Amino acid sequence: MPKPEEAEQKRVAVEARSIVKAFGQGSNAIRALDNVSVAIRENEFFTLLGPSGCGKTTLLRLIAGFEYPTEGAILLYGDDIAGLPPFKRPVNTVFQSYALFPHLTVSENVAFGLEMLGRSKDEIKSRVAAMLKLVHMEELGNRRTDQISGGQAQRVALARALAPGPKVLLLDEPLSALDYKLRKEMQIELKRMQSETGITFIFVTHDQEEALTMSDRIAVMSKGRILQVGSPWDIYDKPADRFVADFIGETNFLTAAVVDIANSRATVRLSSGKEIPATVAEGMQPKHEATIVVRPEHARAVKKGGQLSGTVENVVYFGTDTHIHIRLEDGSPFTVRQQNARSEFCGFEIGDPAGIEIAADAAQVLRD
Amino acid sequence: MVRRRFEIRTQPGFAFLALVTFFMLYLPIAVLVVYAFNASDSITIWGGLSLHWFRVAWNNSAVQDAAWRSLIIAVFAATFATITATMAALATTRTPPYPGLTFKYAFINQPLMVPEIVTAVALLIVFSRVKVWTGYSGLGYLIAAHTAFCIPFAYLPIRARLESMDLTLERAAADLYATPWMAFKRITLPLLRPGIIAGFMLAFVISLDDVVITEFVKSGGQDTLPTYMLGQIRRTVTPEVNAIATAFLALSVILVTAFFFINRQKN
Ligand SMILES: Nc1ncnc2c1ncn2[C@@H]1O[C@H](COP(=O)(O)OP(=O)(O)O)[C@@H](O)[C@H]1O
Ligand SMILES: [Mg+2]
Repeated sequence: MPKPEEAEQKRVAVEARSIVKAFGQGSNAIRALDNVSVAIRENEFFTLLGPSGCGKTTLLRLIAGFEYPTEGAILLYGDDIAGLPPFKRPVNTVFQSYALFPHLTVSENVAFGLEMLGRSKDEIKSRVAAMLKLVHMEELGNRRTDQISGGQAQRVALARALAPGPKVLLLDEPLSALDYKLRKEMQIELKRMQSETGITFIFVTHDQEEALTMSDRIAVMSKGRILQVGSPWDIYDKPADRFVADFIGETNFLTAAVVDIANSRATVRLSSGKEIPATVAEGMQPKHEATIVVRPEHARAVKKGGQLSGTVENVVYFGTDTHIHIRLEDGSPFTVRQQNARSEFCGFEIGDPAGIEIAADAAQVLRD
Repeated sequence: MVRRRFEIRTQPGFAFLALVTFFMLYLPIAVLVVYAFNASDSITIWGGLSLHWFRVAWNNSAVQDAAWRSLIIAVFAATFATITATMAALATTRTPPYPGLTFKYAFINQPLMVPEIVTAVALLIVFSRVKVWTGYSGLGYLIAAHTAFCIPFAYLPIRARLESMDLTLERAAADLYATPWMAFKRITLPLLRPGIIAGFMLAFVISLDDVVITEFVKSGGQDTLPTYMLGQIRRTVTPEVNAIATAFLALSVILVTAFFFINRQKN
């Protein structure tokens, strides 16, 4: 993961400025994108993450040129491309359905973009060979596209989109049609291809785990807006608002009072009356009453002491760890995740009283 | 108790009715075909098996002339109709729905709904004026008229094919730097080919078969095979007509079978 200073020096490859995209007219218009601004850096693996219908595909299609923005600008290395048709944009797409040309062979599919760019026969031949090698499909160049498996079709779609050497590669949920094992394999492959080709990837997924493991940076989207942009670590550990905290991984929400705030650190008083330190997003002005989040793995259940206390409601064994569901004294639920040690039970049973020890620096104050 | 689903196939009398229907449909045709191979001069008295009447028809210069004219008209009309229908199908499927689109569908398919005799009379009136103005009285009128009523037949299979085609493929082509023309030439057209061939063949058969409009529009000495046969039957009826009809039938069966075969190969 690049350090922040390093990342700042990188050029911006794609920038969306105050993009609005409305479908339909008048009162039944749907705002698929509502004032979206984001800057994607050169050579970055950038992920658009959000639930179905939040506008990910629409944003990708605006960058590819299949749709035009209602308002706003799209810049590619500083030039506004929002008005250019797709065939004039040095950007390629891997479609969710792959969209391989059924009347062409695997090689002809991969060659298509190069042919349209008017490259020489020799160049096309060597480039196609190199691309097929990159995706491990050297042997299957002469196959028809209905004679290959789903995973192979995925690779061909990738090779076809990478062959013309685009400045940016757009991938719309490319792995969602693959089974679990193949998906895990392709996640690693995609990362490898991105670092080998040095091309900026904009990757769309609704799978938070996929986003966390693959991305350099993630933009979390909901209802046509971008809620937070940051590294996987930022998104997971410093969620800006309730939606992000809830969408990414499991988390505990607590209401607390902000007692003190200085720089990006605050002291909050929990419902139990105990005070703990918490981090605050930059430039945020917490109200007196605030919601804080604590990840289950950043807290421990203890027999005595702790900043919160309650009763054990359920104990779920997961092999690597155990989840202990505790009902706090103020009635709200709290889950603790503890790593399992060999031949040692977590020590709690349903009905037991339990204290909760929150790790230092584990609490984050949310926006809103 | 097992309740049986209502199935029309198992209703009493259904099989009988079906048989009678097929019988009534195909018996006359069978008789016609059989008598085409009749050796005698009569169309009702069987005189033994022979290809005599096929030979007579084949060597009849009036039949040759009419057959050629039919083919020329059908080839030109089907070609023009297919080109027009392809453009119409692209224009009506490769656009988001808008008010008035349904009206356009109806307009394109209009020749299917307007009684043929009405079109025939209308064309007769218009073309007779045009003939006076221009002095031209060639095959152009027949080709134009046939093109017009062939368009909906060519349009239907082409539109069906376009509608079942994944739009993403054209988008993918554009994404890979294909201009709209190149995307059409390299992706849409090859994938559309079965639909276009089917449309062409349907139009071809429809044109070959037409009597009413042709009868009204043709100038003197412009008989097509069907109008020639009609003229023959009005005078003396010989098994020659059976032979021509049988050859005609064979050609149509071949074309229509090929049409179904190509359509089946869709994906
Ligand atoms: N062509 C369109 N016409 C009308 N509404 C659309 C169109 N494309 C997308 N939408 C709407 O825009 C919203 C965002 O869609 P989309 O970008 O496909 O979401 P996602 O890819 O995140 O699932 C949805 O509510 C969808 O119904
Ligand atoms: Mg989508």
